[in-house]
Amino acid sequence: MARYGPNEHDVLIVGGGGAGLRAAIAVAETNPELSIAVVSKVYPMRSHTVSAEGGSAAVIKDNDSFDDHAYDTISGGDWLCDQDAVEAFVKEAPKELLQLEHWGCPWSREEDGSIAVRSFGGMTNKRTWFAADKTGFHLLHTMFQTTMKYDPIQRYDEYYVTRLLVDNGRCQGVVAIELATGKIEAIAARSVIMCTGGCGRIFPFTTNGNIKTGDGMAFAYREGVPLKDMEFVQYHPTGLPFTGILITEAARAEGGHLLNKDGYRYLQDYDLGEPKPEPIHRSMELGPRDRLSQAFEKEEEKGRTIEGPYGSYIHLDIQHLGEEIIDRKLPFVRELCLKYENIDPVKEMIPVRPVVHYMMGGIDTDIHGATKLDGLYAAGETACVSINGANRLGSNSLTELLVFGARAGQAAAEFASEQKPFSSALEALATDESRRIEKGFFSENGSNPESIASIRQEMYQAMEKGVGIYRSEDSLERSQEKIQELQERLMNVSIEDHSYTFNTELVAALELSNMLDISEAIIQSALQRTESRGSHQRVNYPDRDDEHFLAHSMAYKSEVGPPKIEYQPVTITRWPPGERVYGH
Amino acid sequence: METTITLEVQRYLPEKDTEPYFQEYKVPLRKKWVVLDALNYIKDNIDGTLSYRWSCRMGVCGSCGMMVNDKPVLTCATFLEECLPGPIRVAPLSYFDVIRDLVVNTDGFMDKLKRVKPWLITDQVKPVPEGEYRQTPEQKAEYDQYSMCINCMLCYAACPVAGLEPEFVGPAAIALAQRYNYDSRDEGRKQRNEELLGEGGIYSCTLVGECSEVCPKAVDPAGAIQRYKVSGAAEWWKSVVVPWGDT
Repeated sequence: MARYGPNEHDVLIVGGGGAGLRAAIAVAETNPELSIAVVSKVYPMRSHTVSAEGGSAAVIKDNDSFDDHAYDTISGGDWLCDQDAVEAFVKEAPKELLQLEHWGCPWSREEDGSIAVRSFGGMTNKRTWFAADKTGFHLLHTMFQTTMKYDPIQRYDEYYVTRLLVDNGRCQGVVAIELATGKIEAIAARSVIMCTGGCGRIFPFTTNGNIKTGDGMAFAYREGVPLKDMEFVQYHPTGLPFTGILITEAARAEGGHLLNKDGYRYLQDYDLGEPKPEPIHRSMELGPRDRLSQAFEKEEEKGRTIEGPYGSYIHLDIQHLGEEIIDRKLPFVRELCLKYENIDPVKEMIPVRPVVHYMMGGIDTDIHGATKLDGLYAAGETACVSINGANRLGSNSLTELLVFGARAGQAAAEFASEQKPFSSALEALATDESRRIEKGFFSENGSNPESIASIRQEMYQAMEKGVGIYRSEDSLERSQEKIQELQERLMNVSIEDHSYTFNTELVAALELSNMLDISEAIIQSALQRTESRGSHQRVNYPDRDDEHFLAHSMAYKSEVGPPKIEYQPVTITRWPPGERVYGH
Repeated sequence: METTITLEVQRYLPEKDTEPYFQEYKVPLRKKWVVLDALNYIKDNIDGTLSYRWSCRMGVCGSCGMMVNDKPVLTCATFLEECLPGPIRVAPLSYFDVIRDLVVNTDGFMDKLKRVKPWLITDQVKPVPEGEYRQTPEQKAEYDQYSMCINCMLCYAACPVAGLEPEFVGPAAIALAQRYNYDSRDEGRKQRNEELLGEGGIYSCTLVGECSEVCPKAVDPAGAIQRYKVSGAAEWWKSVVVPWGDT
């Protein structure tokens, strides 16, 4: 193998969350000779995988089948999933979760010591593995701790990537700022995997942490890689008002009820089945997230939600589960309610409303995590394979980041093993980038400098109004104009902080420019899809239109103005498009 | 007029300042606001140069630990109303080197985590197709509590020993070692003992107990250390009496 300079690696992974760490281990196990870099803007255990609560789906019990998991996923995604990818996903899912068990993940157990599984929305069977209701936390920490035993994995903690290094049609690394010192440098690599998570932070009300600004999506998009199915934004039906803190779907899977202001289980009015005291799979509170969030909006229109200081809400009631079950299976729900709402779900109802949670869309990849750009791979929420289609089922995303993190790691390792030489232009590209940042943000830009906070605030408003649960042509067009205006105004931003030491204002400015680029892709994809499918609901086009839109939207960045949208057919293997039926 | 509260925030920019100093900011006193919301308000509306770490705002990512009125806390879980009437003093975590403002250097902490070999160690690798290791809920309960650490480092900011003795592996890392030592699937205790029964290990702890007081996740590192000391002494004796024995 070649010798390595300090900033030269075989495989470089951007992001140290679940997908990134799984990919890093896969690289190390595919070829132990390879040098691996994990470059992350936060220490890996701060990554947002840590906040995932309910669980991770994989067929493990005798009464379950891969076909059932595949069908649930495909119908849940309103037939926009690529079925070859879904079939690979459900088959590899149990292996990945068992591997994690062998690495020490503290999965919740049955009395006999075997893996316990719970019900989840849109799933026919109990197949969601869980670690109480802190599944993402345990999964991330287990993997992070496990990576420490692999010497070839070298971490660049708190390095903020600003762009990809692309030359001769091949991705060969990144440019990154070391936050502690402000040093901007090239990190060369024979292949790069984007594992930077989603971009919920382009919306004002989200379960997503502050770091989820879609950086990786924006970097790939700027290099000509299409963003796929970006119009599909998941609203989780149960977030706490004001904070947007997620109350896991597991609360409903364990038997929680959603009640309107009259104490009525209103989901029965929205073709989701009959209310029964016990939870029924694919019915009522265990319906898919898109349908539940849409039902909330309709209920709000009818004036049957409760008015609060932070928007209207309904109630999630888990009191009847009793303290023992709540403490054993939903301890984090109780902890979060007590801390942030000052209510005890053992004896009070929880106020909840829909909240932006997850991006079904992302960087277009094939089934191996490869993008259309040589040497560039992606996995996890930042990627779109697509197994999630128009609406992801709860507990498929943690499994996805393992299955496709591992696949991308293997593919990137094989590509890097070819040992293609680096271009001589990399250093010059990094110097240009350094100049761009210096000039773009540290110089005085005119007499009326813009503030990052005000542009961000206006982006929030535009996204909430334009790309909410229900979308109209008019509101989408206005939001698009607004985003273009904000992109121009961002050029005039001059930041107050001119220090090289841990400059978080500079990072915020760069993140904002990433978020604006992704926003334009979301809006334009939503505008051109004149049908309603899954999480994408157009008020004047209420039906699904398979004739025209059984296809993935592919957003390509334009030099000026909104992106060009092309369509790519959906792969159908064994499940022809059908009606989504819940509650029957 | 909205009521306000004053924050006194420690500032330090190495390129400019020889010493840290406190700067005052007035922020709205809102019912649901935590200290972190007040810092974000300052950053967005008053002073863009203030630096600090944060992400999840739900007490699980472990980024936003700071000293608030001299106590180490998660700023996303400390309400302004708990700090009335103010002013509220916000400073970086004690005993850590400060990079800038409220941002501390955590490299030493990260090294300590690695020192305790926080991964499952088994004599033989079990192939994945053989399925899961059986672990009953009772066996899981043995280490459950220690697995809840979010690496927020509040315990290091509360521990006078960790403050004085940089080599001391410290509360969170010892709790993490115990998380694996008490896991029925693990066989790595002996390897961890090498690190933890030696210099900078469990015997540096003088039982102050502040670590458990400040832990936001009830991990009880002090209990984990006590438990280690009890078992560690037994293992030491065993190794002296039967040096060839398997401890």
